[in-house]
Amino acid sequence: MNLVAFLGAIEIGLVFGLVGLGVFLSFRVLDFPDLTVDGSFPLGAALSASLIVSGWDPYTATGAAIIGGCFAGLVTAFLNIRFGILHLLASILTMIALYSINLRIMGRPNVAIISEPTILSSFDGLGLAMLYVKPIVAGIVAIAAILLVARFLASEYGLAMRATGVNPRMARAQGVDTRHTTYLGMALSNGLVALAGALFAQMNGFADVTLGTGTIVVGLAAVIVGEALFGTRSVLVWAAACVAGSVVYRLAVALALNSDFLGLQASDLNLVTAILVTVALVLPGARSNLKSMFASARWGRAPS
Amino acid sequence: MVSSLRAIMGCAALAFGSTGLVVSAAAQEKVFVAVTAIVEHPALDAARDGVRDELKANGYEPGKNLRFEYESAQGNPTTAAQIARKLVGEGPNVIVPISTPSAQAVVAATKDIPVIFTAVTDPVGAKLVTDAKKPGGNVSGVSDLSPIRKHLELIQQITPNAKRIGVPHNPGEANSLSLLKLLKQEAGPLGLQIVEAPATRSSDVLSAAQSLIGKADAIYIPTDNTIVSALEAVVRVGTENKIPVYAADTDSVPRGAMAALGFNYYDVGRQTGKMVLRVLKGEKPGDIPVEGVEITELHLNVSAAEKMGVTIPEAVLATAKNVVK
Repeated sequence: MNLVAFLGAIEIGLVFGLVGLGVFLSFRVLDFPDLTVDGSFPLGAALSASLIVSGWDPYTATGAAIIGGCFAGLVTAFLNIRFGILHLLASILTMIALYSINLRIMGRPNVAIISEPTILSSFDGLGLAMLYVKPIVAGIVAIAAILLVARFLASEYGLAMRATGVNPRMARAQGVDTRHTTYLGMALSNGLVALAGALFAQMNGFADVTLGTGTIVVGLAAVIVGEALFGTRSVLVWAAACVAGSVVYRLAVALALNSDFLGLQASDLNLVTAILVTVALVLPGARSNLKSMFASARWGRAPS
Repeated sequence: MVSSLRAIMGCAALAFGSTGLVVSAAAQEKVFVAVTAIVEHPALDAARDGVRDELKANGYEPGKNLRFEYESAQGNPTTAAQIARKLVGEGPNVIVPISTPSAQAVVAATKDIPVIFTAVTDPVGAKLVTDAKKPGGNVSGVSDLSPIRKHLELIQQITPNAKRIGVPHNPGEANSLSLLKLLKQEAGPLGLQIVEAPATRSSDVLSAAQSLIGKADAIYIPTDNTIVSALEAVVRVGTENKIPVYAADTDSVPRGAMAALGFNYYDVGRQTGKMVLRVLKGEKPGDIPVEGVEITELHLNVSAAEKMGVTIPEAVLATAKNVVK
C-alpha cells in the first residue's frame, strides 16, 4: 500500500465514519433498522454538488445537504410512526423514492464539481498539499461529529432516546415521548449520512446517482467492526469505534486492492475485502473464545 | 483490548509489507499503464482489451517490458475513488480510466500523472476537460458519443439528393435531446436541414413518422429507446413512401433500417491505446485533442434499400462490414 492509497483509505474511511455514526444512531441507539442511508448518502452528494454548480457557497450547500438528509430520515420515521409501516419497509420506500428525487435534483445522472469551489478550497492557501488536506478535514469533521453525538447521547434528551431503543414501553412509562425521540434520532442519523455524501462529492469532484450502492452495508460493517475491535465501554468510545471501524474497513479494501501479488484478480476484490474484515473480526475474539471453551469443558458443559 | 491492538498492528504490518513489494516491482525498467473501470461489463472489458492489444501490437508486451494493471470498482463509485488513490500513489506512466465515474475519480486524484480516459460520452459535461479541442493539463481521451457527423456524411454519400432529414425522437429522453442538438449543429455546415418528429410513447411513433411524409427526404433514427423499440413503424412509413430510413445502431439494420454506421468498444479501446502510445513517446495529454469514435463499421440492408427506392453505390457496398440481403 503506497502513501496516497493509505491516506485515501483514511480519508474515505473517515468520511464513511459519519455513515457509521448515522447507522449507530438508528440501528444501535434507536433499534430502528434503517436502509434510508442508501438514498440519503447520494442525496447529500446530489444536493451539495447541484447547489455548488448553481453558485451557492460550499458551506451553505453542505448545510442544505444535511437538512435534506434530516428530512429524508423524518419521512422514514413518519411512514413508520404515522402509518404503522414496518421500519424496514418504510426505509426501503424512502430509499427507492430518493433515487428518482436525486435524479430530479441533479437533472442528470452525474454532476461534476472538479473545478468548482468546495469546502476544501478554503484550505488552498495554507501551503499544504491536497493529499494531506483531505484526510485532515475529514478527520476534523469526524471528531467533531463523534464529540457532538457522544455529548448529545449523554444529555437528558439523549438518555431518553437511548431508553426508546432499549425498552420503548418502559421509556413511555417514564414520560418519554418515543415518537418524538424517534423522529429526532432518524433526522440526526440521516443528516450525518447526507453530510458524508456532501463531503464525498466535494473531495472526489462528482456526485453520481449510483453513489448510494451498498452504503448501508459499509455503515453496518463499520459499526460492527468498530464494536468488535474497540468495544463499547462508554458512549464516547462506542461512537469513536464506529468511525474507527469504518477506517479499518477502508484499509481492508485498500489491502485487498494490493493483493494481486497473491495471484488474485481484479474481480476478486469484494471477496478479499470480505475475508479481511472477517479476519479482523475473528482474530481479537479467538483467544477469549478458546479460553471460555476450555473453561466450560472443565465443568463438563458444552460451550455456549 | 490488548488482542485487538495486536490485530491492528498485524493489519498495519501487512499493509506496509506490501509496500515493499510494490516498490520492488516498480524499480525495474518497465512502462507502467494502469487501467480502471467502474464495473465488469462486456463493452468496458472490450475497451480494456483493445488498449492492451494496441500496446502489445506496438512492442509493449505485458509482463515483459509493460506492467499492465487493471482494477474494477465492482460497481461501487466509492471503491472507484479508492482505486484512483491507489493508482496515483503507484505513479504509473499513464492511467486509463474507463467510464465517467472512474475518470472523474482519477482526475480528482491527480494533477500530474497523464490520464487518457475512454468510453466517456460527454467529457466536457463531466468536467474532465474544459475544452475538447485543447484540453490543457494532464487529461485527454476518447469519447464514445455517437459519431453524428459521420452518420450525416453517410446519408449524403448514399442519397446525395436528401437535404431534409427527418428525426423521430422522444423529447422525454435527455440523451435524445442532446443528440438532436448535435445533429442541428452538424447539419448546417453540411447543407442539411433537420426536421423534428417528436413521439413520447412507442404507440406515437407511427404518427410521428407519418408526419414526415412530404417534409423529409430521408429519416434518421437516433439511439432513442422509444423510437428504436417501435422501429418497424418507421420502416413501414419509409417503404410505403420511398423514404430511405437510416439508423444510428447496427442492430436496427436486420430489423429493416437501410443502413447504420456503428462502432464496437474493442476498436474504441485500440484507438485509446494509440493515444496512450503518443503519451508514452513524450506528448502531453493537454496537447492532444479529445477524439470521437474513429473506426466505425457500416451495416447495410440491401433489400430494405430496394423497397425504399434506393440503390446503394458499389463503392459504399465495398466498405460495408455486414450486408443483409
